[in-house]
Amino acid sequence: MDQFLQQLLNGLFQGSIYALIALGYTMVYGVLRFINFAHGDVFMLGAFTALGLHKLMGPTLASLPWPVSLLIVLLVSMTLCAALGIIIERLAYRPLRDRPRLNVLITAIGVSLFIEYSAQLLFGATQRPFPDLIPRTAIANAGGLTISVAQVIVLVTTLALLAGLRIVVMKTKMGLAMRALSLNPTASTLMGVNNSVVISFTFGLGSALAAAGGILYASLYPSIEPFMGIQPGLKAFVAAVLGGIGNIPGAALGGLIIGVTETLVKGYGQELGIPSGYSEGVAFVLLILILVFKPSGILGRVEREKV
Amino acid sequence: MSTGLELKDVSISFGGLKAVTDLNFSISPGELVGLIGPNGAGKTTVFNLITGVYTPTSGRISFNGDSVSSRKPEGITRMGIARTFQNIRLFPSLSVLDNVRAAMVMHLKHGILHSLTRGPAFLKEEGSVEDEAMDLLDIFGLKDACHANAKSLNYGDQRRLEIVRALATRPKLLLLDEPAAGMNPSEKDDLMKLIRFIKDRYNLAVLLVEHDMKVVMGICERIAVLEYGRKIAEGTPKEIQSHPKVIEAYLGAAAVVG
Amino acid sequence: MKRYTTQIVLLVVVLLSLGISVLSGKFDAYYMDIALNVGINIILAVSLNLVNGHTGQFSLGHAAFMAVGAYGASIFTLEMSARLMPMLGGPGVFATGFAFLLALLVGGLCAAVCGWLVGMPSLRLRGDYLAIVTLGFNEIVRVILQNTSGDGVFGGPLGLKGIPPLTTFFWVFAIAAICVYVVGSMVSSTYGRGFPAVRDDEIAAGSMGINTVRYKVTAFVVGSFFAGLSGGLYAHLRTTISPEGFNFLKSFDVVVIVILGGMGSTAGVIIAAIVLTVLNEFLRDFEQYRMLVFSILLIVMMIVRPQGLLPSFPILNRKKSA
Repeated sequence: MDQFLQQLLNGLFQGSIYALIALGYTMVYGVLRFINFAHGDVFMLGAFTALGLHKLMGPTLASLPWPVSLLIVLLVSMTLCAALGIIIERLAYRPLRDRPRLNVLITAIGVSLFIEYSAQLLFGATQRPFPDLIPRTAIANAGGLTISVAQVIVLVTTLALLAGLRIVVMKTKMGLAMRALSLNPTASTLMGVNNSVVISFTFGLGSALAAAGGILYASLYPSIEPFMGIQPGLKAFVAAVLGGIGNIPGAALGGLIIGVTETLVKGYGQELGIPSGYSEGVAFVLLILILVFKPSGILGRVEREKV
Repeated sequence: MSTGLELKDVSISFGGLKAVTDLNFSISPGELVGLIGPNGAGKTTVFNLITGVYTPTSGRISFNGDSVSSRKPEGITRMGIARTFQNIRLFPSLSVLDNVRAAMVMHLKHGILHSLTRGPAFLKEEGSVEDEAMDLLDIFGLKDACHANAKSLNYGDQRRLEIVRALATRPKLLLLDEPAAGMNPSEKDDLMKLIRFIKDRYNLAVLLVEHDMKVVMGICERIAVLEYGRKIAEGTPKEIQSHPKVIEAYLGAAAVVG
Repeated sequence: MKRYTTQIVLLVVVLLSLGISVLSGKFDAYYMDIALNVGINIILAVSLNLVNGHTGQFSLGHAAFMAVGAYGASIFTLEMSARLMPMLGGPGVFATGFAFLLALLVGGLCAAVCGWLVGMPSLRLRGDYLAIVTLGFNEIVRVILQNTSGDGVFGGPLGLKGIPPLTTFFWVFAIAAICVYVVGSMVSSTYGRGFPAVRDDEIAAGSMGINTVRYKVTAFVVGSFFAGLSGGLYAHLRTTISPEGFNFLKSFDVVVIVILGGMGSTAGVIIAAIVLTVLNEFLRDFEQYRMLVFSILLIVMMIVRPQGLLPSFPILNRKKSA
């Protein structure tokens, strides 16, 4: 039983990172109705900017208490990646705003490959160790469960960011504009919303969350490389679809479900005759199942084409 | 056993909104019927119900005695019901001729494997398809434009091509959704003549949704009026023109009282 | 005679490739190898073009079907060929060729069945969802192959080695010619007008009596079949295959060819397959820049010229009406 709880917890930690990335997918989809394939690569860049920052000002960061330096690294990386997200949207996606969605999807694949291979050129293809921004000490629990400081921080940060996002979307003017744009872009323009600004903001916000996800992920699995964003990115996308794409709580829920399912398959699959290596494919099987049986996702709404 | 199209107590709601309520309505073979009503009265929804784009929440739609409501759009077209779209839905990347050819797929005797032989039988069938398509295009004055891209046509020609494409499915009932929209008066006159012509030539029943009263009153033998998804009147053009409920629906209650 | 031009061209190409195959010893091995790569990529791109270009069902999982074909054909060759030989009258040119043909067909059919399995549930999905599902399928195939036992017929993460090098110029280009013929004939026929109709407007297509489901499944099955054949050819050319070689980056490679050639243009896609394969070969020393260049090309193309670099024209002329 303890072991089961432990697995469940591990799944939650893993899932909360998927949730962070999934939020970016879901927000962009909600506003622009397209899959930003390059989102997983912003996640990777988040980890690399943190690494770069650590290289640049390692001694300064080391002299500060770790929560403060973690906060600095998080904020700086998130800001940089937000700027990058806005630039990507402006250069690659904006010229295609009224084109078929397939063209935008292809462009997004192009952007994704571009970021991956530029990163490979800049940083090299090898795995790099990620600094311990969070102490890797374990908090041993009385119940026999092991939880590391890093895991607790991951969960807390994710929850804080989720809550922050919820406030932005539901309580601020910008959030209102995002929701309006998502419902009807033409009408929102007529109501005085500057769609371009809202879209830039959405990309910025989504990219910042992806960057945070990248840093937290690298803190749990401290080895990073230019293609590290592909798998978590895809799984996070699946999480977004699972929860109902365009739906923010849905994305969080989807992330947790995938994280937990994956960990459970890894932990217990063997007993059912499923090799633990199959855990990598779990997300995609879930995706196919959900799309076949409830394409709108768990919390999503059905969209009907007007004829 | 009823013949023609019959709608019996048909209703559909989207969420909580009832778009069509208890609609009873029929079209006999060879009849030309108009369906009118103010904007948002549910005319296009009725088209979508008949052609299987929507499934009725309750009620029954049948065509020549066979149920329509359980079939998919392509199955309904195979029963002999064809339509045009209010917001033109041609195949934009195909040529004018290919738009028509695409609509003749279901009448081919042979499947896809046949095209791999490229033998005499295949070539003969291809030839006869093209002849039939060209004949139809000729009726609507589109023969010369047959190799042009469908989306390069002007608005009126696109509407005409939609009718040609629907005819290419060899229907017994043709549903026209605002075919005269965007046409000038002389084009509208031509269209009225054409509708009568094809109705007689192909022995069609026609259901016409149209806002232009001159067109509707000019060619329809019978007219049904919808308001808020309910049928409020039905009769000959003359009866409809003087029907108090219709005037009220179009001009508001004040017009009747005052 | 004129009405059979297409069949004659097909026959000439097949005979020509047989001729080149027989004389292959006289050509530089390096250039022959590039030519074979070109042929395999033509098959991949033309078959993917049927799905992505003509039918508008954007698939990102073509490498998975290639993998199924490669594994199917290789396992058939490795496990069955030796047993078949006596039945075919001992090892000889004919027997070996026939066994290879059987192996290729087994691979192609396995891939076609997978295409059907993926096609069926995916039919309800719109463009971008389908792209992700096919990409997911690509990953599932890779994960399954990687987790097979190293001693089993699938060879585990290291894959299969020691596959006999049976792929020759003849096999590659005869199959490429058949692939172009089949896809071209299908798409240009009246029946085949349903493919672009489904792509342009599914609702209108349904309303014109076109069975949209059947068209999408047909595109998937035929596309996957040829991808499977190309996989078999690839396996018997390289003599080793591994799951990692068929990851979704391989699918992206084919997608790049189709997009640069112009979705829905068979001639454009063939030319793109030739140009990009040759370019790849010459850029081999600049591997890390290669994908960078392609990705920039993709982005710029979508903004400037989404219809592909060449103008679209049908490769097989339709008969003009009398």
